[in-house]
Amino acid sequence: MFRLFSLLVFFAIAGFVSADVANVYDFDTVQQEQRFQKLAEELRCPKCQNQNISDSDAPIAKDMRDEVYRMMLDGASNEDIVNALVARFGEFVRYKPELEKRTLLLWATPIIAVFGGLLIVAGVVIRSRRSDGRAPTLTADQKARAEKLLAESE
Amino acid sequence: MRRILLFLPLLAALVLGIILFAGIGKDTQTLESALVGKPVPAFVLTDLHNPDIKLNQELFQGKVRLLNVWATWCPSCRDEHADLMWLAHEKGVTIIGLDYKDDRTDALTWLDRLGNPYHTVIHDPKGTLGFDLGVYGAPETFVIDAKGIVRYRHVGVVNERVWENDLLPVINSAREDS
Repeated sequence: MFRLFSLLVFFAIAGFVSADVANVYDFDTVQQEQRFQKLAEELRCPKCQNQNISDSDAPIAKDMRDEVYRMMLDGASNEDIVNALVARFGEFVRYKPELEKRTLLLWATPIIAVFGGLLIVAGVVIRSRRSDGRAPTLTADQKARAEKLLAESE
Repeated sequence: MRRILLFLPLLAALVLGIILFAGIGKDTQTLESALVGKPVPAFVLTDLHNPDIKLNQELFQGKVRLLNVWATWCPSCRDEHADLMWLAHEKGVTIIGLDYKDDRTDALTWLDRLGNPYHTVIHDPKGTLGFDLGVYGAPETFVIDAKGIVRYRHVGVVNERVWENDLLPVINSAREDS
């Protein structure tokens, strides 16, 4: 019980720590702060891969946060900010890649998987319906053989 | 017909296995530079040896060069220093240094003690040019062609193998174009 409790406390604190990054910067409004936080969570750190620049302690992540903050104060749109960082560090920093020729398969995979699954389910259903209505049939030859086998075993 | 269908899961597992196996051991830390094919970003920074000299992107015009990003706080830069000396003095490669987020005095002491492989060193104390170049960890080495266009970026230490396999072919093709 105590273990569970301390685990809960740990996770509660961890939540606070990760939300702290926007507090380092000064914002006029809460909306701005939330916008910054959201952007920092959508951008991926090129050094600490699989961390966003909000979570990463790498110096480069701090530089990227500074740039996001600076551009926000300059009145840049979210798209401008993301594009400016993509121009320097590549498509990699986007957690959500653009839909283009190179990423088409990536985006299409879930649709292909769902469609494939539906096809298989449809196939199974159709097949079971077809065999439901009628009893398994044997040709005259097979019937004669079966009867012969049965007679032999008796 | 039915029998063949039974082999489908095996086939699917094989295909997936081959795809996943191809990914094993792949270097995921090295990212291709977003700047390949683009000019060196505009900058105005001082020369490391002489703070009165202002350098800008014109520095990269007229000749194929290497741009090596280094710093005294970077242990791997210490590793590759001897190889840079070898490139500069034995192979006659023109190397421009970018002293990234570093202290001027420390950097000058380093070059005094270990030798200076660089034709010119750009001092970038705040890392602004480094940021514009998409540098995410020193050392990094760029091949810049005679028109100041970035041709290639190598992340990590430069050694004889990297020179032979990666840098030299790019340099040769850049030289042929100019």
